[in-house]
Amino acid sequence: MDNSESDSSALQAVAGNGLLHRRIFLTRGATLLSATGLGLLTPKLATAQALPELSNVPGAALSGYGTRSEFEGSVKRNNILSYPGTTGSGGSWTPLESLEGIITPSALHFERHHSGIPAINPDTHQLLIHGMVKRPLLFSMDALCRYPMVSRIQFIECSGNSRVGWAPEPVQKSSGGLHGLLSCSEWTGVPLSILLDEAGVDPQAQWLLAEGADSAAMTRSVPLAKAMDDTLIAVYQNGEKLRPSNGYPIRLFLPGYEGNASVKWLRRIKVTAGPTMTRDETAEYTDTRPDGSSLMFTFPMDVKSIITAPSLGRPMQGAGLYEISGLAWSGAGRIAGVDVSVDGGQTWGRAALTEPVFDKAFTRFRAAWRWNGGPAIIMSRAIDESGAVQPSREQFIASKGLKRSYHYNAIQNWKVAPNGEVSNVYA
Amino acid sequence: MLKYLCLIGMLGLALQLLPVTQAYEGPDLGPDLGPDLGPDLGIEATPEQIAAWDISIAPDGEGLPSGSGTAITGAAVYAIRCLACHGHEGAGSLNNRLVGGHGSMSGSTPIRTVGSYWPYATTVFDYIRRAMPYNLSGTLTNEETYAVTAYLLFLNGIIDEDEIMDAQTLAQVQMPNRDNFVLAYPDNPDP
Ligand code: HEC
Repeated sequence: MDNSESDSSALQAVAGNGLLHRRIFLTRGATLLSATGLGLLTPKLATAQALPELSNVPGAALSGYGTRSEFEGSVKRNNILSYPGTTGSGGSWTPLESLEGIITPSALHFERHHSGIPAINPDTHQLLIHGMVKRPLLFSMDALCRYPMVSRIQFIECSGNSRVGWAPEPVQKSSGGLHGLLSCSEWTGVPLSILLDEAGVDPQAQWLLAEGADSAAMTRSVPLAKAMDDTLIAVYQNGEKLRPSNGYPIRLFLPGYEGNASVKWLRRIKVTAGPTMTRDETAEYTDTRPDGSSLMFTFPMDVKSIITAPSLGRPMQGAGLYEISGLAWSGAGRIAGVDVSVDGGQTWGRAALTEPVFDKAFTRFRAAWRWNGGPAIIMSRAIDESGAVQPSREQFIASKGLKRSYHYNAIQNWKVAPNGEVSNVYA
Repeated sequence: MLKYLCLIGMLGLALQLLPVTQAYEGPDLGPDLGPDLGPDLGIEATPEQIAAWDISIAPDGEGLPSGSGTAITGAAVYAIRCLACHGHEGAGSLNNRLVGGHGSMSGSTPIRTVGSYWPYATTVFDYIRRAMPYNLSGTLTNEETYAVTAYLLFLNGIIDEDEIMDAQTLAQVQMPNRDNFVLAYPDNPDP
């Protein structure tokens, strides 16, 4: 925080249409003074209300497992969609528009299942590691929990996230409704490399197959190099055991990779020479190019960002000073910067990144905007530490074509109408 | 590397037993740990256990069980176990279309089916045996799985109606779209 700068420079525009240096929010009293001085905020006289009766009587009882406020009940996963005739095969989207910070509450973590959520008793669940190893090993959950663990705050994104971006006309949904196959948690578990070392991997092996215990017996092939690098057998999510919808009692966790490969309800790992070519890495989760050929094993999720406030469903409430807040993330590492524009991409300013900024994690960015009440198009553009820059939709479609349905990472444009309503627009 | 860090974390617990005023002065244990130093709590799995669990089929056919079937017997299996969801002759109804779309991948609206898109016939067997029928997965016998796989390949014009599918022949089936797949790992040609 830098208080030495004068108030007027704190209010200095950093880009067109009222984008301000975010320092305006950090210089406390000076901000209010100067903001009101410039007529941005009109001080209002408060009408005192009687103390509510509630505070005179004892509140609710203690409880074994907490629940959120009854007034927050409308914050729910979006788009709960299952294939025809099924109830647990499809997805539910995290309501990103209603959340702040970088951690997704476990109960709101997005879901994407292929044959429902199995109810697994950890006392009978085992993990088998076999294939090209010296010693095939079976682990009970008790045994696994005695291994040294590590914790990481990292995102998971379904590679089909944001695929509505390919629709010819912009789909009118909230930021979570469009981009919510995306969540970020603290994952705690056993580094897979420890278990593989104990089993003794054949030097000829290059891949492994991971298999879940759901009714689809979900299987994906994973490069051995990734498994030995930073892959976890995750046991905990945000401090408590995984939710059933996130793979209880154990899931694979592959930082930065498309979510489907982080196999939930993990029961078996087979070390192999090559990929097994399962249905979900051939028929699905492959990317068709304009010439009709298709890429397989496009694992890393590309650099991306979205503004969550303001956004569709979080309208503006009259001209004045606003904080723009959003999320940026990249499967390639840390977010290096996020640019924000409030004039449809003609001019850009650098947003402030809220600490902590972790590797392959949600990074919260913020910018200050003095909205003059006129029409505006707001957007964010993330850059990661590898130097990759999030493309515009036009650039993205020009390079990737229209036949894909995975790995969409183009910029999200929100149009702000003079009445404050926000809508999804392409240009 | 990671592993050493977390093992150092474990050792940290032991260090706490020292009087707080006394700093640890021993060797730096991290880099000296051997690669195999884990708690070693896995139980060795027997070949029988592994055989019972290992249901995955590699694209070269490794893992295919004994048994066989043709499209003729497969049509009967399909009618009872699959038709309700996937429609007459795999045309799709409630759920995925399984037949047709040949040659559509290079056009502007690709139709992805077992016949037009899937690169390996082994995947058809593997997927049906593990995941289908959706409402009661894992209940087809190997004979039924070979037969219904043969039926889908026949409906897609890839094999003849009386061609026997077994551990040898299935792995040799050439899927029409096989050569249209490009590996994007380790290097994505199209980043
Ligand atoms: C109760 C409905 C139902 C029945 C019965 C059923 N399926 Fe399915 N099938 C589905 C659903 C739902 C999916 C999609 C699953 C997914 O995408 O994860 C599917 C997917 C498939 C696919 C993959 C299609 C693709 O293009 O990716 C194949 C192949 C398939 N089924 C074959 C069969 C066969 C063979 C049978 C009979 C033995 C069968 N199914 C019975 C519901 C059913």
